[in-house]
Amino acid sequence: MDSQTIRILLNGEPVDIADVAPTTSLLAWLRVTCGLTGTKEGCNEGDCGACTVVIGELRDDRTHGAARLHLAAINACLRFVPTLDGKAVFTVEYLRRQAGGALHPVQQALVDCHGSQCGFCTPGFVMSLWDVYNACAADGARPSADRIRSALTGNLCRCTGYRPIIEAGERMFEHPTLMLDRDALRRQLLALQRTTSLDYTHASARFLAPRTLAELLELRERHPEATLLAGGTDVGVWVNKRLSAVSPLLYVGEVAELHRIQEGDGVLHIGAAVNLSDAFAALAARYPELGELWERFASPPVRNAGTLGGNIANGSPIGDAMPALIALRSRIVLASLRGARRLALEDFYLGYLRKDLAADEILTTIEVPLPGEGLQFRTWKLSKRFDSDISALCGAFALRLEHGVVRTPRIAFGGMAATPRRATRTEAAIDGQPWTEATLARALQALAQDFQPITDLRASAGYRHRGAAGLLRRFHLETRADAPLTPAQTRVFHAFDPAAGAQAVADPCADDPSADT
Amino acid sequence: MSTPRPGHDLAREPPAVRHPHPHESAHLHVTGEASYLDDLPELARTAHAALGLSAQAHARITRLDLDAVRAMPGVIGVLTADDIPGVNDCGPIMHDDPILAAGAVPGMEVHYAGQPIFAVIADSHEAARHAARAAVIEYAPLPALLDPLDAARQHALVLPPMQRVRGDPAARLAAAPHRLAGQWQVGGQEHFYLEGQIACAAPREDGCIQLWSSTQHPTEMQHAVAQALGLVANRVVVETRRMGGGFGGKESQSALFACVAALAAWKFRRPVKLRPDRDDDMLITGKRHDFHYDYEVGFDDEGRVLALRIEMVARAGFSADLSGPVATRAVCHVDNAYYLSDVDIRALLARTNTQSSTAFRGFGGPQGAIAIEYLLDGIARHLGRDPLDVRKLNFYGGAGRDTTPYGQRVADNVIHALVAELEADSDYRARRAAVAAFNAASPVLKKGLALTPVKFGISFNLTHLNQAGALVHVFTDGSVLVNHGGTEMGQGLHTKVCQVVAAEFGIALASVRATATDTSKVANTSATAASTGADLNGQAAVAAARTIRQRLAEFALLQFDKGGGEGSGGPGGQGGQPEAAGAARTRALRADPDRVRFANGQVFVGEHAIPFAELVGEAYRARVQLWSDGFYATPGLHWDAATLTGHPFYYFAYGAAVSEVLIDTLTGEWRLLRADLLHDAGDSINPAIDRGQVEGGFIQGMGWLTMEELYRDADGRLLTHAPSTYKIPAAHDCPAELRVRLFHNPNRAATLLRSKAVGEPPLLLAFSVWFAIRDAIAAVGDGRTSPPLRAPATPEAILDAIDAMRPAAASSPTRPSRT
Repeated sequence: MDSQTIRILLNGEPVDIADVAPTTSLLAWLRVTCGLTGTKEGCNEGDCGACTVVIGELRDDRTHGAARLHLAAINACLRFVPTLDGKAVFTVEYLRRQAGGALHPVQQALVDCHGSQCGFCTPGFVMSLWDVYNACAADGARPSADRIRSALTGNLCRCTGYRPIIEAGERMFEHPTLMLDRDALRRQLLALQRTTSLDYTHASARFLAPRTLAELLELRERHPEATLLAGGTDVGVWVNKRLSAVSPLLYVGEVAELHRIQEGDGVLHIGAAVNLSDAFAALAARYPELGELWERFASPPVRNAGTLGGNIANGSPIGDAMPALIALRSRIVLASLRGARRLALEDFYLGYLRKDLAADEILTTIEVPLPGEGLQFRTWKLSKRFDSDISALCGAFALRLEHGVVRTPRIAFGGMAATPRRATRTEAAIDGQPWTEATLARALQALAQDFQPITDLRASAGYRHRGAAGLLRRFHLETRADAPLTPAQTRVFHAFDPAAGAQAVADPCADDPSADT
Repeated sequence: MSTPRPGHDLAREPPAVRHPHPHESAHLHVTGEASYLDDLPELARTAHAALGLSAQAHARITRLDLDAVRAMPGVIGVLTADDIPGVNDCGPIMHDDPILAAGAVPGMEVHYAGQPIFAVIADSHEAARHAARAAVIEYAPLPALLDPLDAARQHALVLPPMQRVRGDPAARLAAAPHRLAGQWQVGGQEHFYLEGQIACAAPREDGCIQLWSSTQHPTEMQHAVAQALGLVANRVVVETRRMGGGFGGKESQSALFACVAALAAWKFRRPVKLRPDRDDDMLITGKRHDFHYDYEVGFDDEGRVLALRIEMVARAGFSADLSGPVATRAVCHVDNAYYLSDVDIRALLARTNTQSSTAFRGFGGPQGAIAIEYLLDGIARHLGRDPLDVRKLNFYGGAGRDTTPYGQRVADNVIHALVAELEADSDYRARRAAVAAFNAASPVLKKGLALTPVKFGISFNLTHLNQAGALVHVFTDGSVLVNHGGTEMGQGLHTKVCQVVAAEFGIALASVRATATDTSKVANTSATAASTGADLNGQAAVAAARTIRQRLAEFALLQFDKGGGEGSGGPGGQGGQPEAAGAARTRALRADPDRVRFANGQVFVGEHAIPFAELVGEAYRARVQLWSDGFYATPGLHWDAATLTGHPFYYFAYGAAVSEVLIDTLTGEWRLLRADLLHDAGDSINPAIDRGQVEGGFIQGMGWLTMEELYRDADGRLLTHAPSTYKIPAAHDCPAELRVRLFHNPNRAATLLRSKAVGEPPLLLAFSVWFAIRDAIAAVGDGRTSPPLRAPATPEAILDAIDAMRPAAASSPTRPSRT
């Protein structure tokens, strides 16, 4: 079998690649093979943003059947080169070319505002800002400081303290606007598209990228040993840090069916390969209470790459999406050539990193019920840092109040056990009870029995217990019938505008995709 | 970026100095064109090294089998301590830092989890990383000391204890109307320079080595490599263009990487690059010292400190590194901005089986100064006074209240005026009342407010380090190149040096460039550290420029000034002048230096004006030397390390900050709402760069005191060794309201253009954040109880302190006693 050639558009120029291992990161390829050293390695795990680049890709438009262009900042360190087949990659080196040799307005603003000191993180900030710049230039919007901050939560700077960088973001439109030629880019990418699936081999390491679900299920059955790859924000870390061998890789990112977001029968269906940015945009459009979690969930480059399906299938006890999805009674669809089955999300998790998933099965869809009448829902995480930190614990609370009485409560936590789990004793303690201080007291007692968390680097077991109790108490304070408190009275972070991120990403399920083209 | 023709009319150009010029590399930073070491094109046959690290905190290695490493794909060879022709040591002072774990197997000992045992050299970075993990290492564990207090109790110290006693603290403590005693601690801090440690070495002819290193101290790298290879210093050349951040972490601890790269290059006769990945970097290198305090302070009814006894135990780690001078600076900063008449200050450097703690912005100063702030905060609560009033009461100033515990007079004290200005600007009193009103009405969320001052001594404690050299070249087209002993790590040193040189010649800043720091140009340099970079190297560069300017002025007089001598510049030029005429011109210039002016790209002699470049060209043809060295040694310093007394600092830098925070009493979450910073940068050479240092230092200090937590497991393994687990401040941690101003205060000392050092002092402004959090927690209790808050104040630490306040004062760490 002949290996196929990977074709990408690098800074506007088509490049054929046939000589890299499938797990070669975009970062290593840029720096070592291409000599494009503007993109830096700061951590090699997607947490510092020094390697931020912007990816351009074509997406199918459900309504019009035409491919539309989508740009997003990602971490080059966590992106395997073959996943970029048919896509455009823009690095910091492109900007000067775009500006005809001068500084791009993003770069000029950073110089004007003294936004660099040691300069090592700067190219990553430039690319995160360039992503915002292009989105704003396209729709005529001017970014607020909140939007800039939200766009920069995946970029660490150790020198400046961020103030001048945020100011540069606010001032980047003070210079004449430089429009990216989207039509030309779209045409270039169209010319790059392949019609068959990519099957790439290098030195016996293999990368398979099926384009249909049927093909994927067939390959899954044939290669039960294959590592499933979606956004790569976790598999990339295994390769970079644990030096894991992951071949053959079975990439789900090209499977059209897994990218769909649809609403029907009172349920939001989210394809497993939908990235976290789009998934949260769709979810938060229906559950605005997810806004703060969305803002704090990893960072834009990670959310632009990582998928909701990956967050679930990974099975980590500290994935931040699971408590909310469980509290909202979400179900997942697992498919194989044998057929499909549905499962309550909480039943998917059997033990630490153990899941109810057969070797030939693929997670295809997450089904989230739409909010019903009178639902009270909240989800919050606790961590050392507001931005892009792994939770010490994450809690989600959902119930309905009928005449002050709790109905159908659902409480779930991450970080409190070996898996994301419901607090069943707590639920039982409040189900059918008046939502009073006395009920809360019983719920808190039950909560202490529900979990036996561990002590680790993120928090002690004691803090996890007390933090979980604090969140439950906060939920009660905000939802009790008698003089509920407002978020301004209960939350330190309420003043962050959780919609700031949402402004950048339209609901992918909405009819008008203009914000995305 | 266009470079103006040297000497073009500068009348409309911004002034070279006292102007917010961008960083000299800003246009390179934003385009990705600024070259860091790993970005340089690799020499042919460059090999890549990776280190094999100890998995145990303290153990004897019973088996070290590297055959599997050698058999891995792409491996060229391995390097162990046996391959070191010189000395297996890279310690900066005490020579107790093995480059690779020392001793023969069995018997080879490792002293911390993460200590490098061997290096593997391969044909690619990835191949080396894979191969390093193939080693078979067996250990016989030895007892490990992981806790500094345990180590101190067992007298496991890397250096003898230090003690400074002034007055009669014991008697005055006994007689004090109030006393507080207790223990407290502040955590360590990882530097998290965005560019990790890296070095590349290449063998050169005649037994020489060329080294490129991301280091704050090229000269020390030169010495360390020479010592490891058994060479004399003139065979090792070290070059550093820029670092992607240093913060002290590349002062001494870049040496291990420099030495391994050099040893591998030597052994395998090819260029070798060593770039540890982030996890290895954090596991190998030392951090800011965590400090543990045991204190007793006596004070009067108003809160005036009468006597202080404090013992500070610092985690030195497995070796001395720079811990001695760090402890000295801690001792010299326990006073911060306050007069302490009777003190007993002790510092112990605990030997633990952890990374060797090292320099980090502030260098022990923050750990010393925060102790007195903690005590004054506690005193104020104990007395029911606003902590600001107690702080003011104790400020240096007034008759007999101006000498530090180490005997230096505080001659330039501006803390009263500075704090008064900030108190007014920040609306401190009104906000104090607003915070109280908010807290009274808010059951869940509480606000806190704090104003803390800074006084920071500038100069290396060790007098002889306060020297610098520079080399200035003026080329025949009038462009200027500066080389000096300082290194650029983002702080804007090269920018400031270019600015002062441009000002000296009266030419455009764009006509002056700084080159990479290079040990073959300026010799015997000190580390770029202790905030002294611009003070020392700027003065040296000015001295060099002034020498050239003097020559040019004399030449210009010769050309244009009838009174100065013959004026054709013909053959013979300066060299051919009768000695008497030359001496006459020199005298004339000394008497009236303004006879020749250098400004706006021109040189003015009387009514004559000549473009700088033209004069330079003519001077060259007249055989005038157009390059010069310059040297500077800070005057008036002395220090007695035995008694911990003297005049170690040329001057002090001052500052103050007000922070307001909001905390959640249910979860311990917190947020900085607003910060007002007022900092003394003297008469600033570059207000933009200085502001950058102030606010960047503030946020970095806030990270240290709030979210940055080093966590080790029971076996002493550091588990926070990457940004996924170790959290430095991110974008949302910068408060929406961050008001930063420079306090105008021309330095009374004759520093570079009366500016002040600004690298380290602003880090201490972040104290205000921690004390504001503590203030908010105090609102949970009766307001008189000092919350038992740890540093870093993570949500967990905050919730612990809140919970301790609920049954008010039951478990307070400060034991109030009234006598």
